[in-house]
Amino acid sequence: MSVLLECKNLSHRYGKKVALDDVSFQIESGKIIGLFGPNGSGKTTLIKQIVGLLQDEKQAIKIDGEPVGETTKAKVSYSPDRLAFKGDRKVSDLLDFYELMYDDFDRGHAEEALAGLGIDTGEYIGKMSKGTGEKTQIILVMSRKAKLYVLDEPFAGIDPVARETVIRIMLQNMPEDASLLLSTHHIQETEQILDKAIFIKEGKIVFQKSVEEMREESGRSLSEAYMEVFR
Amino acid sequence: MPWNLDSDRPIFLQIVERLESDIVSGKYAPGEKLPAVRELAVEAAVNPNTMQKACAELERIGLVYSQRTSGRFVTEDKKRIDQTRKDLAKKTAKAFLQKMEELGISRDEALKLL
Repeated sequence: MSVLLECKNLSHRYGKKVALDDVSFQIESGKIIGLFGPNGSGKTTLIKQIVGLLQDEKQAIKIDGEPVGETTKAKVSYSPDRLAFKGDRKVSDLLDFYELMYDDFDRGHAEEALAGLGIDTGEYIGKMSKGTGEKTQIILVMSRKAKLYVLDEPFAGIDPVARETVIRIMLQNMPEDASLLLSTHHIQETEQILDKAIFIKEGKIVFQKSVEEMREESGRSLSEAYMEVFR
Repeated sequence: MPWNLDSDRPIFLQIVERLESDIVSGKYAPGEKLPAVRELAVEAAVNPNTMQKACAELERIGLVYSQRTSGRFVTEDKKRIDQTRKDLAKKTAKAFLQKMEELGISRDEALKLL
């Protein structure tokens, strides 16, 4: 199993406030990793470093052996924690945008997935329910043939049925050797799809384990482990 | 619907049990092709690597066999399937008796309840 992402001793400050403190972990190819922690623990800062939205001056993160930059951005497909598009755009505009921006975007695949969920490409983003907006965004993100998918809270404010659909979109569309980093508060809904979980607390990693090994060794669910660490 | 699995027991074992029982019950008939690993993982809403491991385990214990390019098939060996049926039945009976014991009911008393 080869290492896709390596993060070594990453720290980040906003002024005097330490957002990430000596964070190290690896993501192997073909794995699904869950990133958990309370609000303000550093999850989004870490994700912004990985996708290149914050400067990684010390080159602490390497993706496919290269420091974060244009080359790695082309291999990483990212879904931010809010809808990335304005309401006056239609789904078809987003398809055009993705096609223009990303060489690895498979438009036919995205159209098929949208049709499968009954999402009309003529629909305006602003007129959709939150759940439909999120499904659309995840379909676009997952329709790139990336090596790493990074999803920042794809379940916020959407109902349980929509959450289940989003999980299926992820599983269905992930290429076999690609990896997925999922940051979310919805631990119970996602723990069965994870290979590994990482807990982050006040900028530090306080737990990283294979979820299946944890179940075997301690007979605990990930939700229980989370409550123990953060309660 | 996602499969109803306990988050505090290894998912791998639960998937194996579920697929065993699907084969015993005839949901997947002898000789029938199993859905692809990905498809099963999406149906169950579980990690695809874990589903892959579970399917490999079914193959290892002889309940399914794979044909190089065309996927995995349920064994046509009815004796093998019957063996699994008996194993699953024994497991279920054992769990029942254990539960009765926890309730303070002896084996004989438990049998009378049936």
